[in-house]
Amino acid sequence: MSLLIRNGRVVDPAASVDGVQDVLVAGDRIERLGRELPAPDGATVVDAAGKVVCPGFIDIHVHLREPGFEYKETVASGTRAAAAGGFTAVCCMANTHPVNDNRSITDYIRARAAMDGAVRVYPIGAVTRGLGGKELAELAELAEAGCVAFSDDGKCVMNAALYRRAMEYTLPFGAPVISHAEDDHLADGGAMHEGVVSTELGMPGVPAAAEDVMVARDILLAELTGAHLHIAHLSTAGAVRLVREAKARGVHVTAEVTPHHLLLTDEAVRAFDANTKMNPPLRSRRDAEALLEGLLDGTIDCIATDHAPHAQSEKEGEFDLAAFGIVGLETAVGLLLDRLVRPGILPLPTLVARLSRDPARLLGLPGGSLAPGAPADLTILDPAAEWTVDPARFESRSRNTPFGGWRLTGRPWKTIVGGRIAWP
Amino acid sequence: MGWSRKDLVSMQELEAAEILMLVDTAASLQEIAGREIKKVPALRGKTIVNLFYESSTRTRTSFEIAGKWLSADVINFSASGSSTAKGESFIDTAKNIAAMSPDVVVVRHSSAGAAEILARALPCSVVNAGDGAHEHPTQALLDLLTIREHKGHFEGLSVAIVGDIAHSRVARSNIHGMRKLGMTVTVAGPPTLIPPFVQELGVKVSYRLEDAIRDVDVIMMLRLQQERMTAGLIPSVREYSRYWGLTLDKLVAHARPDVLIMHPGPVNRGVELSPEVADGPYSVILDQVAKGVAVRMGVLFLLAGSKGGGEA
Repeated sequence: MSLLIRNGRVVDPAASVDGVQDVLVAGDRIERLGRELPAPDGATVVDAAGKVVCPGFIDIHVHLREPGFEYKETVASGTRAAAAGGFTAVCCMANTHPVNDNRSITDYIRARAAMDGAVRVYPIGAVTRGLGGKELAELAELAEAGCVAFSDDGKCVMNAALYRRAMEYTLPFGAPVISHAEDDHLADGGAMHEGVVSTELGMPGVPAAAEDVMVARDILLAELTGAHLHIAHLSTAGAVRLVREAKARGVHVTAEVTPHHLLLTDEAVRAFDANTKMNPPLRSRRDAEALLEGLLDGTIDCIATDHAPHAQSEKEGEFDLAAFGIVGLETAVGLLLDRLVRPGILPLPTLVARLSRDPARLLGLPGGSLAPGAPADLTILDPAAEWTVDPARFESRSRNTPFGGWRLTGRPWKTIVGGRIAWP
Repeated sequence: MGWSRKDLVSMQELEAAEILMLVDTAASLQEIAGREIKKVPALRGKTIVNLFYESSTRTRTSFEIAGKWLSADVINFSASGSSTAKGESFIDTAKNIAAMSPDVVVVRHSSAGAAEILARALPCSVVNAGDGAHEHPTQALLDLLTIREHKGHFEGLSVAIVGDIAHSRVARSNIHGMRKLGMTVTVAGPPTLIPPFVQELGVKVSYRLEDAIRDVDVIMMLRLQQERMTAGLIPSVREYSRYWGLTLDKLVAHARPDVLIMHPGPVNRGVELSPEVADGPYSVILDQVAKGVAVRMGVLFLLAGSKGGGEA
């Protein structure tokens, strides 16, 4: 079974390719790239003229909510949302119920994904048992079961000694610890960024220092242990500066940023819409500018959505009591194309790299390139498509997005996973 | 101009002319309190629901009296012993109340933004009776009415607001209202009780009571909540009262002889205000309470009575 994608602009940063070419897929692998490739007998031919053909996008930070919170999302609905959003693989966080802190949960998630996953699913295991921050989870067995990283995401491991031991213990596994960098005490009770807007709204704030303090600590621990530290959802100018400086010193630290921290600021909270409430919170304009700078200069390695589905009832009431988080899989690519690539702020090949090559390298995942023999995971973009974000049409089970009604130009057109068209 | 808003959610959103209209309307309704029969038919046949998620004696009573003097039917709904205790959500409760067709819902809630969320969700008028540390517009309006009665005008007056600014909805509403009416505002308190970037709201900041109260026309003392100590914001009530409590000595030594002392209540006597100041000649604290009823009558009348309602 083969697939020929014709006449698209192929952007493969891993091979420094950017030009109109055909891509031939044989089975579940990339066969070769070239101009005017003949279609093998029985091949499916996709005319991608005017489209952009990229290595499949990988989102290393999503919450699929299964097991335990199937009313918010399931592996099936979350991976359909991923496919619809142009992602061919996702890494799912451990804060399910029960927590993914032991092999049976990892096995369950992988079984669900094998059964009804629309894209590839790589579980991330908990660092501590029950995300309790008290004792290590069975990290070796989690790694053996297929966890590609370790994180207590949603919570910070406040005990520095325990986090140090987690970094050391996981050294042989080649899987990073992913830090949700937030000092519990500094962040206590906060519902939004601490700044002018929180002062005006009388809303308890989370100072930028709550993140900066913990990023600094974790960098020092990574330096102590030699571990690979990955920092989730960077949100502050200070954290960008700390990561940049640590990289320059040779510390093995990587970082991600979400589309919403790049595109929105705390000004968006003024309407008290809980779809602008997430953790870390939307920060100031200065922070958003620093994040963009970090993304452009490579301080920030990849873009991840922190897709965090919640039911409407968890998002429609009081702002300070509402759940943290927004869905992101089905809006990320369109938002980034429209707001960063189209105005010329972010070159398209850089965007593609930060969504495919770089996350793949960061976690040692297959994919991220269109080299012959690579998995046939492709994201094809239609850069000219005009569309309006309509949460009612999401594949995700949840609709908690602040981007509803946004008019965008550019979106994913087809998503191909293992040589099969996963979307539409 | 006439009143055109469905709701009264914040002072921040009001124009100066709207604030003056509310104050003038309240001023004109004050005389009802002195009548033998305290009842006018302005809101006859209208239903007002007091939806109180936080305990409050004076604000709820004040709204209730205001509604009743205007002949409205007033229903009090407090969170304790109600469906919220059974786990019903804020929005569900509100929608259920809305289904009973009230004309005005007066809401008090511990969450900032609760009144605005409710105003968006309900077709009827919503009055914010205090939402977290965000706003308490009728308190600011009654403070403004009190100030005008005593000083005769707003423009050019200076005010010191002293105490826990960070957690005070009264401070925020007053800052917006006073600034719009041409008054200058200084906020004062220990730095842990002053919110970050508060200067951006157009106020000056002082970290010394003696400096803050010098030469101002009005001193507004805020209540110190006991829980601020456990949050590590101040070392002790004793220390707070020593440096931030307004005593007669400090008042005589540093403030003008015609200064007004205000407090939104309830007063912690001996903490932020010494008894001789709270109950002394400078104090207009009980006058504020009386003005509160007039202000709430004015607000309810403008929101519910001006559209084909009766005359006051």
